[in-house]
Amino acid sequence: MATMLKLIKFKWLMLLALFASAANASLEIVITDGVDSARPIAVVPFKFEGATQPSENISQIVGADLMRSGKFNPIHAMKMPQQPQTSAEFDVKLWEKSGVEAVVVGSIKEVGLDRYNIRYELIDVIRAKGGVGQPMMNAAGRLVAGSNHILHSGQITISGKQFRSYAHKVSDVVYEKLTGERGAFQTKIAYVLVNDKQEFRYRLAVSDYDGENEQILLRSKEPLMSPTWSPDGTKLAYVTFERKQSQIYIQDRFTARRSILTSFKGINSAPVWSPDGRKMAMTLSKDGNTEIYVMDIASKALNKVTSHRAIDTEPSWSPDGSSILFTSERGGNPQIYSVDLASNQTSRVTFEGEMNLAGRYTPNGLAIVMVNRTNGQYNIARMDKTTRYMQVLTRTYLDESPSIAPNGSMIIYSTLHGSSQVLALVSMDGRFKARLPAANGRVKSPAWSPFL
Amino acid sequence: MNLNKVLKGLLVAVPVLTLAACSSNKDADTTQATTNDVVQQTTDTSAADALRAELEALRQQNTIYFDFDKSEIRSEFASVLEAHSAFLKKTTTVSVTVEGHTDARGTPEYNIALGERRGQSVVKYLENLGVAAGQMSVVSYGEEKPVDAGNTEDAFAKNRRAVLVY
Repeated sequence: MATMLKLIKFKWLMLLALFASAANASLEIVITDGVDSARPIAVVPFKFEGATQPSENISQIVGADLMRSGKFNPIHAMKMPQQPQTSAEFDVKLWEKSGVEAVVVGSIKEVGLDRYNIRYELIDVIRAKGGVGQPMMNAAGRLVAGSNHILHSGQITISGKQFRSYAHKVSDVVYEKLTGERGAFQTKIAYVLVNDKQEFRYRLAVSDYDGENEQILLRSKEPLMSPTWSPDGTKLAYVTFERKQSQIYIQDRFTARRSILTSFKGINSAPVWSPDGRKMAMTLSKDGNTEIYVMDIASKALNKVTSHRAIDTEPSWSPDGSSILFTSERGGNPQIYSVDLASNQTSRVTFEGEMNLAGRYTPNGLAIVMVNRTNGQYNIARMDKTTRYMQVLTRTYLDESPSIAPNGSMIIYSTLHGSSQVLALVSMDGRFKARLPAANGRVKSPAWSPFL
Repeated sequence: MNLNKVLKGLLVAVPVLTLAACSSNKDADTTQATTNDVVQQTTDTSAADALRAELEALRQQNTIYFDFDKSEIRSEFASVLEAHSAFLKKTTTVSVTVEGHTDARGTPEYNIALGERRGQSVVKYLENLGVAAGQMSVVSYGEEKPVDAGNTEDAFAKNRRAVLVY
């Protein structure tokens, strides 16, 4: 019963401050695991009234967004008992047997040159069953038709270019109304593209979370790694080998201005911003050994946080900024440890499996997502922090670099598919899975943005 | 020190001075002096050639391979490292960069650390053979620069390496 949707690639011409790039949607989404058990909903195709229809289909984007969260299963238009455009046209009797919980209806009206008025409503089918338009007493003491089955109604006038981002806004609203959680459909991802056939093999890119609207921020002949977002979403830090040694740079996403953060002897890598945006945790080996350091970005003052001859790397912050997770092989094999920044006390966090690496907290701090190796297989796993119960979420091959959506609903990671590296999405409960291959070459090191 | 510049400098100097020696016949003293110059330059040419030949030989054998998740030097590479250490001890003006690499398994950042371990392993080995630390440096590329993009055990083995680059 899973609906198979394939997103169409669009070509966009984008001009950036310093980098002019013909940006194709380099990634497309291929759904690999259905959502049979997710909540059935209907996003009715919005009715269009006008002469020039924009290329982006709002209801299709909303349906795709909701499906990818793993929580919803939008039914196909052909299965809809009717296609209303307003709640007034909505006939609950026709929908009773559909099993659908909620319906999104809307209309698009061309009101001027490249001006479109969009209206939409979110209807709760169960409440509507209870009696659409149950008469109620209003403040003036008059009987009026009830509307508590309409969870939300929205209206806006925009240009055709804004259709895609508005669709993501609608998805956020629908998601929030139906789950109580904030939607993350207006967020972005950063990643590294590698194409061995090009002179500038390595490119740092940012796109919408679904791979659309790709923009290239940097091109290099030498490797680029580990992009990471500032908490305000305006900057990226990354590792570059352009000087034939690793260095950490910070680059403004909008102006493309960049500056060196660290260029110490040895390794400069694994940068990650603190939740308050003022510090950067990183891995340096300038003192002879890979250790975790925390740097105050403004003053460049360095604080050494680990001190062990074993490999210590991959720092990541707890949501409250008080402790840092990191990978260490001090126990023999790589496992995840936590260091409290105030007391400098270190404790081991993972004990299962042959190895555990790249630990990251979920936004609510209740679980840790990581790369787990069991029976030689590298998969993304989620461990509950209190119970230590570990659930392996993926069955893909050679998984690495997990990054979590800011609402904790989804994980994006890098994996091997066939002979190429691709990005993949998995919902936090492991139910929804999709793959995002690059059009050309390999893609790796994804980083999900904060709420923007 | 840039080795290529030294060689190129010699390549330019040699033909020019050889021509100068051939042109003048008037002054016996001058001829004698220039003949000595020719002899001097010829020795330097063969020194440059010998240097280049040695480097070529070393480049043929400049890669050390490692076991999975390990950075220990296997005994089969002892002779290769001996050859490099002999060269470095003899030619103290030359420096070498040891690149550390890993296969694709694990995570990119962990592999940067592992790659550095491998590079450092080679450097320590050469130091123990008497090479000056100042002639050597380490850069780790982790899993970012594989020689074989495949995902077979064979391909992985080819990528777990340290490369001595002059």
